[in-house]
Amino acid sequence: MSDTPLLTLRNLRVVYPGDEGDLVAVRNVSFDLGRERLGIVGESGSGKSTTGRAIMGLVAAPGIVTADEMRLAGKDLTSLDERGFRRLRGKKVAMILQDPKYSLDPVMSVGQQIAETHRCHFRSSMNAARAAALDMLAAVHIRDPERVYALYPHQVSGGMGQRVMIAMMLIAGPDLLIADEPTSALDVTVQHQVLAIMDDLVRSRGMGLILISHNLHLVSSFCDRVLVMYGGRVVETCAAGELSKARHPYTRGLLASLPELGRRRAELPQLRRDPAWAEG
Amino acid sequence: MCRLLFSVLSTFLGLTCVTFFIGRVIPIDPVLAIVGDKASMATYNRVRSEIGLDLPIPVQYWRYLIKVLHGDFGNSVITSQPVLQDLLRVFPATLELSLMALMIGVIFGIPLGVIAATHRGRWQDQVIRFGSLIGYSMPVFWLGLIGLLVFYAKLGWVEGPGRLDVSYDDIVPVVTGLITVDSLFAGEHEVFWNSLGHLVLPAAILGYLSLAYVARMTRSFMLGQLKQEYILATLAKGLSPFRVVWVHALGNVWVQLVTVIALTFGSLLEGAVLTETVFAWPGLGLYMKNSLFNADLNAVLGGTMLVGVVYIGLNMLSDLIYPLVDPRARERR
Repeated sequence: MSDTPLLTLRNLRVVYPGDEGDLVAVRNVSFDLGRERLGIVGESGSGKSTTGRAIMGLVAAPGIVTADEMRLAGKDLTSLDERGFRRLRGKKVAMILQDPKYSLDPVMSVGQQIAETHRCHFRSSMNAARAAALDMLAAVHIRDPERVYALYPHQVSGGMGQRVMIAMMLIAGPDLLIADEPTSALDVTVQHQVLAIMDDLVRSRGMGLILISHNLHLVSSFCDRVLVMYGGRVVETCAAGELSKARHPYTRGLLASLPELGRRRAELPQLRRDPAWAEG
Repeated sequence: MCRLLFSVLSTFLGLTCVTFFIGRVIPIDPVLAIVGDKASMATYNRVRSEIGLDLPIPVQYWRYLIKVLHGDFGNSVITSQPVLQDLLRVFPATLELSLMALMIGVIFGIPLGVIAATHRGRWQDQVIRFGSLIGYSMPVFWLGLIGLLVFYAKLGWVEGPGRLDVSYDDIVPVVTGLITVDSLFAGEHEVFWNSLGHLVLPAAILGYLSLAYVARMTRSFMLGQLKQEYILATLAKGLSPFRVVWVHALGNVWVQLVTVIALTFGSLLEGAVLTETVFAWPGLGLYMKNSLFNADLNAVLGGTMLVGVVYIGLNMLSDLIYPLVDPRARERR
C-alpha cells in the first residue's frame, strides 16, 4: 500500500445551470480515500450520488463539474476529457447501481454483459472473455456459472442480479468501487449476503470502496469511515464506530429518528433542517 | 401458438364480415352490372336469385365465406377473368415496389432516427426531423411527378414509368413475379438493370414515407431507452458511446420497432395506390383504382381482402419475430 491516497477530492462542485439561477448539487466536497471503505450518507438530493458520478465523469449535461483537485491513483481527473474517462471507467473505477432489474441490459445475456467489460478493456478474444466471466461469476458465489452465464436479466433474482452487476464491474480489476445504494432494491434477507460478497472482494483485492446509502446502520456496520452530506456539502466526517458520538446537529437528528427495537416511543422526533448547514 | 392461431382466425372472420358488409352497402347493384340497365324486370329477378341475393343475409354471408375460403372472389367485369387470377398477376409488382420501399425506409430510417436521438436538439436532429416532416406531409403523387420530371425527364438518371422498357418484355420467365429477382436468377443482367432503373424512383418516393415514419419512431424509442439505468451501467463499464448506442440502446429499440416495421409495410401497400397510378406501375394499387372507377365490385372486394390478409400475415410475422429480438417474449410462449 502506497502513501498517496487512492482518491483525492478538493472542493468538488457540481452545478446545473438554469434559467432561474444555478442549482448547486455538490458544494466544495473534499476528502481523501485510501484503500478503505468509506460510507456516504445523506437524504435524497444531498448530492451523494452526484459526487459518485462526478468521480466517474458521468455527470450528464448540462451539469458542470469543477474541482481544485481531483486525483485517482495519482491521475489528474480535472483535465481529463471524455475519452480519458472512458479508459478509467471499469478499469480503474467502477460503479454499482441500485436496482439490477433496471441496470442490466434486458436483451443481452448476463454472461455476455460481464464478458463485454473484459473484452472492452483487454481486447480479449471471445473465449478468453467468456472464461474470465465464468471465473468472475464463481467469485461472486454463483454456484452454476455455466448455466447463469446464458440467463437473461429477467430470469435472475434481485440478489443474483446484483452479484452479476458486481462481477460485471469488477472483472477489469478497478482500484475503486463506487456502490450507489447497492442493496436498497433487495430483500432484507439477501442484502447482507450481497454486501458480504462485495466486501470480501473489495478487501481481498485491496480496493477502495465508496458506499453511498441513506441507511445509517448499514453504512456504520460496513464502513471504516462515514461522511454525512447535507445540501451538497459534507457536514460531518467520523469513524464508523464513533457515529454515535457525532456532533453535528443534522447527524444527531438522523440518529435520533432511527427507531430502535425494544424501545417504545410514541412518536419519532421529526428531523429539523437548518438552511445554514448547507451554506456554512 | 394456439393463441396466435385463434387471433389470426378471428381477425380473418372479422375481415370477411367487413368486406361482405361493404359489398352490401356500396351503391352498386351487382345484378345491374351483369344484366345491364335495359334488361326486363323478369331477367333482373332471375339473375338476382341466381346469384343468391334473395336469400337471408346470414345464408348469403355463409355462402360468401365458403367461396372466399376456396379463393373464389367471382369474375372481374373489366378483365372478365377470375379476380383471384388477376390479383395473383398484379400483386408481385406491388410486392416488389413495397419491399424495395421498405428496405429504403428501414436502411435509412433507423440510423437517421438513432442519430437524431443521440444529437437531440442539435442541428442533426433538426435536419432529420424537418426531413421527415416533409416526407410526412408531401402528397405522394406530387413528389412522384416532380421526381419523374427531374430524375427521368431532365437528368435521365432513372427509367420512366412502368416496370420495364417494352423491348425487355417477356424475356424473363416468371418465377417469383419480382422482375429484379427473376432476371437475376435467369442471368439476364440487362433486364435486371433496366427493371431496377424503373423501380428505384417509385420505391424511393414510397420509401421516403416509411423512412419518415420509421425515423420518427426510432428517434422517440431511442430517447426512451437512452434514459434507462442500464445505459448508465454500460457507460460505467467503460464502453464506447458507439457501442452503448448501437448495440445496447438499439438492441432494445428493435423490440418496439418490429411492430412498427410490419405496420409500415402494410401501409406501403395502401400508399402504392397513388404511387402506382403516377408511375403506371401495373400492381395491386393500379388494379384497385381501375376497378373502383369502373364499379368492378368483385375486384375491389377481392383486392381489399388481399390487403387485409397481408395485414394479418404481417401481424403474425411480427409475433413470430418478437422472440428473436426479445428474450422476455421467448418464455411467454
